[in-house]
Amino acid sequence: MNPSDITAENSVLALLTICGVIVAVACLIASEIIMNAKKKHYPEGAKIKKPLPVILLQVASAVAAIPLVISIVLKMIDLFTGNRENLISTVKLLGQGFAFSFGIFIFTILFSLPLGLLVASGRMSKIKTISVFFKTYISILRGTPLMLQLLLVYFGPYYLFGVTTGNIQIGPFNYRFIATVIGFSLNYAAYFAEIFRGGIQSMSKGQYEAAQVLGFTKSQTYFKIILPQVVKRVLPSVGNEIITLVKDTSLAQVLAVTEMFTQASALASAQVSVMPFIVAGLFYYLMNLVIETLLGLLEKSMNYYS
Amino acid sequence: MNILEMHDIHKSFNDLAVLKGINLSVAQGEVVAVIGPSGGGKSTLLRCATTLERIDSGKIVIGGTELCNSDDGFIHYCGKKTLGEIRSKFGLVFQNFNLFPHFSVSRNITEALVHVHKKSREEADEICNALLKKMHLAHKANEYPCNLSGGQQQRVSIARALAANPEIIFFDEPTSALDPELTKGVLKVIKDLATEKMTMVIVTHEMSFARDVADRIVFMDGGVIVEEGPAFELVTNPKEERTKKFLAGY
Repeated sequence: MNPSDITAENSVLALLTICGVIVAVACLIASEIIMNAKKKHYPEGAKIKKPLPVILLQVASAVAAIPLVISIVLKMIDLFTGNRENLISTVKLLGQGFAFSFGIFIFTILFSLPLGLLVASGRMSKIKTISVFFKTYISILRGTPLMLQLLLVYFGPYYLFGVTTGNIQIGPFNYRFIATVIGFSLNYAAYFAEIFRGGIQSMSKGQYEAAQVLGFTKSQTYFKIILPQVVKRVLPSVGNEIITLVKDTSLAQVLAVTEMFTQASALASAQVSVMPFIVAGLFYYLMNLVIETLLGLLEKSMNYYS
Repeated sequence: MNILEMHDIHKSFNDLAVLKGINLSVAQGEVVAVIGPSGGGKSTLLRCATTLERIDSGKIVIGGTELCNSDDGFIHYCGKKTLGEIRSKFGLVFQNFNLFPHFSVSRNITEALVHVHKKSREEADEICNALLKKMHLAHKANEYPCNLSGGQQQRVSIARALAANPEIIFFDEPTSALDPELTKGVLKVIKDLATEKMTMVIVTHEMSFARDVADRIVFMDGGVIVEEGPAFELVTNPKEERTKKFLAGY
């Protein structure tokens, strides 16, 4: 792209941005006017369902604001890099890294949630030896850096037992990736276990007693009565951990897994620019935005009782 | 025939003796009200009879099946299978309902029928509908407990206790968590059960209700049965000093 193209493009964008902002503001004002007119017919503080024109106006204003967002993003990219061509290849490479990050994330969730439930059960066991064992497990896994644990899982087999791990391969995954997932799962299980324990212990004794006198077995009580209620109670805290996990996947770079953050670091030093980090940040944020939305929907689906 | 027999029940929590040799028999179709001051052991007695607490010594027989005995000086409880049998012979209504909040009203009632008593869904629904009608709650079948008033919730929990067709129902202060206004509906339902000759043991603070509905009243204090007798007589003409003092408060 030569400089004159960029200038022409910029002036078109500037025009679009200005028009867009004016349209967006106009739409918002119009929708407010409609809403106010409607409010007069309702008592104070009543919940009013938005009429279709208002929704359409609000959508229109959002659409009209898109050029503004694009200009801001482009302006920022120009500020940081001065080179838009790099952006495309950066996004592509980071996308590949993101696939790894996502893989770590999904497998960790898949393994650590059930493992956490198991650890929580062990932690609450009436048998002293078992409860002490799991208490120690939680204490150590929460009390030492995740990065250290990852290194230990990766190098431990060789340095402690002389087992070579280089040729271990499960499907498309090499030992680097497997070690990362194992390390993450063990670590997150400790956190999940404490969340689950809190949830299970917050259940009133009466729920157990009611189930008991009705003749439910222990496992029926646990899976039909207790666990469904615990899921609802722990969802916000579990959501917190899930979102943290998305960002923690960046720790996999200590095992040289080519996840997104590793890619971003390499690109940043190659381009002498912070742009790859910003794009990586956007990836993380968008992913968490999706997770937040899903968690919100899940929470809403369980709102039928309180 | 006696549906419930409790013989020389002793129970203590750590060093605190809560039940000091209680004897209580309830005949078929009899309604027994247990009254007395708080901390007198009423609720503990009920919890021992409903397998929620283990007794230290004594003998409990429910519906002809022995729950436990200490004939040789050590307490022996029956095995799992017998325990299950005994649990289907009685129902318990809690002070604070203990409904399952994540189940609809009908599912609260049918869940045990389907998964414990192995009835078909259709059969369970039929039983549930009949019970809800009796509790004047037929229109609430698909609601969740949180959308019901306390009185309605307690009636659901009575329906739940009745679902498996038990031989005896225990009530642990069924109206203590309710507004005075809401107690009426619950007491009415219990009264209806009494006229149907349901065998019931009711721990209660509603003295006039106990007098009107119960056949017999048991007054407990300090872990022993101080006095028992026909309901009307005990309330109007108590013999023991402690009973008189307690009843004077009402």
